[in-house]
Amino acid sequence: MLVINNLHVAIGGKIILRGINLEVKPGETHAIMGPNGSGKSTLAAVIAGRDFAQVTEGTVEYFGKNLLEMAPEERSRKGIFLGFQYPIEIPGVSMVNFMKTAVNEHRKYRGLEPLSASDFLKVMREKKEMVDIDSKLANRSVNEGFSGGEKKKNEIFQMAMLEPTLAILDETDSGLDIDALRVVANGVNKLKRPDSSAVVITHYQRLLDYIVPDVVHVLYDGRIVRSAGKELALELEEKGYEWIRNE
Amino acid sequence: METKSQFSDRYLDLFAENREKIETQSADIMNSFRGEAIEKYGLLGIPAGKNEMYRYTNLDAFFMHEFRNYLLPVDEDLEKAEQFRCDVTDLDAHGLVLMNGFYPDLKHKLRELPGGVWIGSLKEASVKFSDLVDKHYGRYAKSESDGLVHLNTAMASDGVFVYVPEGTRLNKPVQVINLVYSKDDIFNQHRNLIIVEKNSEISIIICDHTLSPQKFLTNAVTEVYVGENSRFDIIRVQNEHNNAGKLTHTFIHQERNSHASSNNVTLHGGLVRNSTYHYLGGEGAESNSYGLYLADKFQHVDNYVNIEHASPRCTSNQLFKGVLDDMASGAFNGRIFVAKDAQGTYAYQKNNSILLTEDAKVYTKPQLEIYADDVKCSHGATVGQLDDNVFFYLRSRGIDQREAKLMLMFGFAHEVIQNINIEPLRERMDNLVMQRLRGELSRCASCMVRCG
Repeated sequence: MLVINNLHVAIGGKIILRGINLEVKPGETHAIMGPNGSGKSTLAAVIAGRDFAQVTEGTVEYFGKNLLEMAPEERSRKGIFLGFQYPIEIPGVSMVNFMKTAVNEHRKYRGLEPLSASDFLKVMREKKEMVDIDSKLANRSVNEGFSGGEKKKNEIFQMAMLEPTLAILDETDSGLDIDALRVVANGVNKLKRPDSSAVVITHYQRLLDYIVPDVVHVLYDGRIVRSAGKELALELEEKGYEWIRNE
Repeated sequence: METKSQFSDRYLDLFAENREKIETQSADIMNSFRGEAIEKYGLLGIPAGKNEMYRYTNLDAFFMHEFRNYLLPVDEDLEKAEQFRCDVTDLDAHGLVLMNGFYPDLKHKLRELPGGVWIGSLKEASVKFSDLVDKHYGRYAKSESDGLVHLNTAMASDGVFVYVPEGTRLNKPVQVINLVYSKDDIFNQHRNLIIVEKNSEISIIICDHTLSPQKFLTNAVTEVYVGENSRFDIIRVQNEHNNAGKLTHTFIHQERNSHASSNNVTLHGGLVRNSTYHYLGGEGAESNSYGLYLADKFQHVDNYVNIEHASPRCTSNQLFKGVLDDMASGAFNGRIFVAKDAQGTYAYQKNNSILLTEDAKVYTKPQLEIYADDVKCSHGATVGQLDDNVFFYLRSRGIDQREAKLMLMFGFAHEVIQNINIEPLRERMDNLVMQRLRGELSRCASCMVRCG
């Protein structure tokens, strides 16, 4: 599904990623862990199409196509979803209008008719229940005045609406209390299909109690320095990143 | 540079030539103000570059033009207006039409609405309700620096009159449709008077439209009295063509514990200048002044707001937002004056503009004069482009650039529109704003009036 080969990325002349190799196959869940500043969020941003990062070397393929040539909206329509670490507030734009536009753009891309207003609201209601998001949030402006936890739940709600093939969750767990964490993790698990994959970026092992990864990678100083099964997360939790640094 | 335009004297001559004609056709009350007004106009003239209030707006392109001066309509004009019909659709309102600044309904110059409310021609009301008009006319429209207010007082002879007696709540809004329609280039100056006595409530919508492509100039003054404990909302929707100049001066005088709001929504227009004066003349009064300006090509929209806190414990709030495209320019000048005795004042001001091109411009200027000690006052202005982070967020959900841009501009504008209390009008305005941002807004067809 996603094949990253020798990816080098710089931001404003500063080298952030120094040769990432990663392959995500359909149905897999990968966790990427690592200390602050190791390049986790940059990797997520490059996959989603953020243009502040310059790819200086390497390739990223998505179902055999060059992902780096695609506009962010095209990536989204092709099934890539980025759960933001810091979801953006958009005053004046309602959640309903935002999601309706997004869902219908996705449908148009697949050659489907736009959903009628009533069908759309029905889908929205179902998804809200599925991810356990407060129904009032949907009537407000996008993320405006939402608490940290509400913003993260709202990311999962958007994911539910767009049913991605590849979800990249960038520190979706940061700043969440244990209840919100559970809601977010359950949402991700419920949205998992046999053919869909997830890349979960996190600092802490605790999210991985709920979202069980097939592979855990440790990103350090722009490189993946270790990849192993889920037990690696436990080991990291126990020994800290110092352990990696010392090796 | 001068404070006075070189074309100022033309209008002194025009007044002198036509004074008799205007006065014979106007009510005594209005005539009694003309002498002093023309003197003041003589001193102040048409504002030019050095006049601080008009620093960013050049009026000469309009005032140098040879208009067919529309001092009084001839019979033919009124007959034509009579035949002309506009239906106001969707909005459940009491409608009034002003044609080229005059009240064209020959049979029903004044109309009584439920609760003893009267609406209609000011000229007619000056006779029928002379005591009321005498008590309020010319009392609130005062300016030490804007000659255009005085020019209007000197020359105007008709306009809209609205009277809401004590203890009356009008459920439906009153909608005034200002139409400019002529085969000649015309300059019209009308005068509105709105009296809301105590414990009353009314909303007024003013729609400004041009129906023919000639060059037009309007210089309109509206005086509003809002009595104790009353609630008054005025919404101005401006949709005129690129060859039209629209100058409005709205003076809202508020008594104790009254609430008033003004919302100027400029969708389209060649040159637009809205001056809105809020006088908080009684303790506990609250005023809200809103504005939205959407301009492109060579359009220019200038909003001047003057809030005068003359009494203690009053609250005022200003929110003006605009989106400027192409070579368009905008200006915002918000003055807050807090008098020495106006303790416990709250006054806020915000002006945000988005410039879509390198050539679009906006000038923003807060002006705070505070003479009391116990005052909470804040002001802020931003001028920027659309935020890249927000843009990316939308695109990352599959929304393309064009649509994302529209959604963001719409959301930005909606912050002003959401303050409109009349729900059908709010929805309608949201739609009009969206059409405007998409570049699909035509003059009359898509708006509230269907004319033929």
